[in-house]
Amino acid sequence: MVNPQLNADGELHHLLSLDGLPRSIIERILSTADSFISVGSREVKSVPLLRGRSVFNLFFENSTRTRTTFEIAAKRLSADVFNLNIAASSAAKGESLLDTINNLTAMQADLFVVRHSQGGAPHLIAGHVAPHVHVINAGDGRHSHPTQGLLDLYTIRHYKRDFSALSVAIVGDILHSRVARSDLHALLAVGVPDVRAVGPLTLLPDGLEALGVRLFTSLEQGLRGADVVIMLRLQNERMGGALLPSASEYFRKYGLTPEALRTAKPDCIVMHPGPMNRGVEIDSRVADGSHSVILPQVTFGIAVRMAVMSIAASSTRFR
Amino acid sequence: MRLAIETVRLVDPAADMDRVGGLYLADGRIVGVGAMPAGFVADRRIDGRGLIAAPGLIDLCARMREPGTDGALRVEMRAALAGGVTGVVCPPDTDPPLDEPGLVRMLRQRSREAAGARLYPLGALTAGLKGEALAQMCTLAEVGCVAFAQTGALPDQRGALLNALRYARTFDLPVWLRPVDATLASEGVAGEGAVAGRLGLPAVPTVAETVALHTIFELQRATGRAPVRIHLCRLSTAAGIELLRAARNEGLPVTADVSILHVHGVDADIGHFDSNWRLDPPLRTARDRAAIRAALADGTIDAICSDHAPVALEDKLLPFGEAGVGASGLETLLSLVLDWAQSENIPLLRALDRVTRAPARVLGEDTGTLLVGRKADVVLFDSAERWKVDDGALLSFGKNTPYLGSELAGRVRVTIVGGEIRFERAAAEASA
Repeated sequence: MVNPQLNADGELHHLLSLDGLPRSIIERILSTADSFISVGSREVKSVPLLRGRSVFNLFFENSTRTRTTFEIAAKRLSADVFNLNIAASSAAKGESLLDTINNLTAMQADLFVVRHSQGGAPHLIAGHVAPHVHVINAGDGRHSHPTQGLLDLYTIRHYKRDFSALSVAIVGDILHSRVARSDLHALLAVGVPDVRAVGPLTLLPDGLEALGVRLFTSLEQGLRGADVVIMLRLQNERMGGALLPSASEYFRKYGLTPEALRTAKPDCIVMHPGPMNRGVEIDSRVADGSHSVILPQVTFGIAVRMAVMSIAASSTRFR
Repeated sequence: MRLAIETVRLVDPAADMDRVGGLYLADGRIVGVGAMPAGFVADRRIDGRGLIAAPGLIDLCARMREPGTDGALRVEMRAALAGGVTGVVCPPDTDPPLDEPGLVRMLRQRSREAAGARLYPLGALTAGLKGEALAQMCTLAEVGCVAFAQTGALPDQRGALLNALRYARTFDLPVWLRPVDATLASEGVAGEGAVAGRLGLPAVPTVAETVALHTIFELQRATGRAPVRIHLCRLSTAAGIELLRAARNEGLPVTADVSILHVHGVDADIGHFDSNWRLDPPLRTARDRAAIRAALADGTIDAICSDHAPVALEDKLLPFGEAGVGASGLETLLSLVLDWAQSENIPLLRALDRVTRAPARVLGEDTGTLLVGRKADVVLFDSAERWKVDDGALLSFGKNTPYLGSELAGRVRVTIVGGEIRFERAAAEASA
């Protein structure tokens, strides 16, 4: 199967998913991000790599945070940034989706950052844009959120240096989480030997074990000896429904408290893609505690997104 | 019209015949097989060398988009003939549904005018297919409905379903059901398993099929000592096939079909969200496909259908979960059956049985064979000729097939319905 993200030379042209992305490209993104970390702390917070290029943030699903970090990243690369919030009801027609893309391409867009409630929407768009246009997936349905996966990887590398002896536990609603899927692919791609998914059976998808992920339904066992704990946001609509009885019961069984964290390694780090539900999946004492690297994640996220955009935009020849 | 097809390879599963000879048609019937009947004078002779003559294909599910789109039936009937299909069963999920005798009469009238394949309409089992009130089954049968179907998932109101089965049993009318439990299938768009898990697509679990089958068989038993005849449409799971096998062993009057796409495709084919593989039932795992193939080989599953569902291009140019459901299939059915036979080393006789004699038996029709005296519904094809599936090659409104751009072997040359040549295609120019 052709990887739709790569050009004929095997270079990153679109970033749609971490599933199947070669390790070499992932590592190049991480090392490029290194060089952008310092840009944010300089007086002049921009580099001219995307000067004159137009970046369109196409958010078919609302997200102020992710959109803002992409916007900051693009501006620090000196791109012209345009934000479009397209309220996509479930009845929205793909006709208009592709029409929108065609219209924007006609306005000389160079790069689209796409968020959509349906898995695969960025693939569809990438398959129909002009050859010189790039598509970055900023989250599609339950499928993928590749820049989040990469920034999580970057964060882990920053604190742990080496991936080759780590135990990483991802806790919570894996089933509905595009972050979890991207994290899993990212961790497996760089050779993390012990990747765990922790949650109740109602929130664990099929096929994880086949990928090489260990499943745990007990938080205590899932965290035992972990170097990294990634907590997932529990969406409000999942609580009190057919998947989970209540937020409070969820917190009792899967909430990350200082006590629960005791089985993990003493120097473990705690991550969360945000926004957090304090008291639902994570206790404030942990969120604000010494193990937490949740705020640095946000900072690294900008550098990683700069890296992704600059690398993709430098690939011009497409098959 | 008296037609002689000479020196052709005659393949007729019903007669267990696979040999070279002549086929002679007159007055809409088959009048001679092998040697020419005494005194036969042909109006037209066809040189059958290098070709196969088989009973015309009978497709147990093809959506002709009418009622709903005026003029569509004529187009889809051309597609049927181009695919060597001489009998099509139309499900009642049209717009409006086929629950009124007037609609069925109109459809049959238009079918006669279209001069395509024979039309076998299924009546709605319940009014408006809503799963609540019974449709006028006897009246619909009188105007030509061959069976009664609930096309979507099983009705939530199981009491209404039981009543519909009992009513159908009263008049010995067969009922066609899709084994899908709606509450378990929920919003799923892909088969349960690693692929749906990886792509994050909402999944249809296997139990959506098995729970529905348990329900169907229990309700069937409750219709009496000689239970209602049930045909199961589009089985998709290994576990479901096991339940079917047990039901048949028990002696329940049940038949079943599978779509040709499930004989070939697996969930991994979805690849990067290819919406042409957005099907209902969804594609399942390689293990399920192996079970389907085994059940076809041993006869647990009777027939293969195209499950033809033309979808407009713009309705497929959508994210996978929002894309139109189904694939255009009438014109690729024969090629894909041949492909299956070849890959599994199944004799042509046995493979063609699944699209000729077996579906005819499900319908209780005496077509689907080349026996002397039967209706002259015949397809003449070149099993080796390769053709490219593309927009131009497909006559159907639906260009939505996962095989678009692929090359398939097996090209229909002539399709004959009731002794009349209704479709003819010249041999490819560059013959090997």
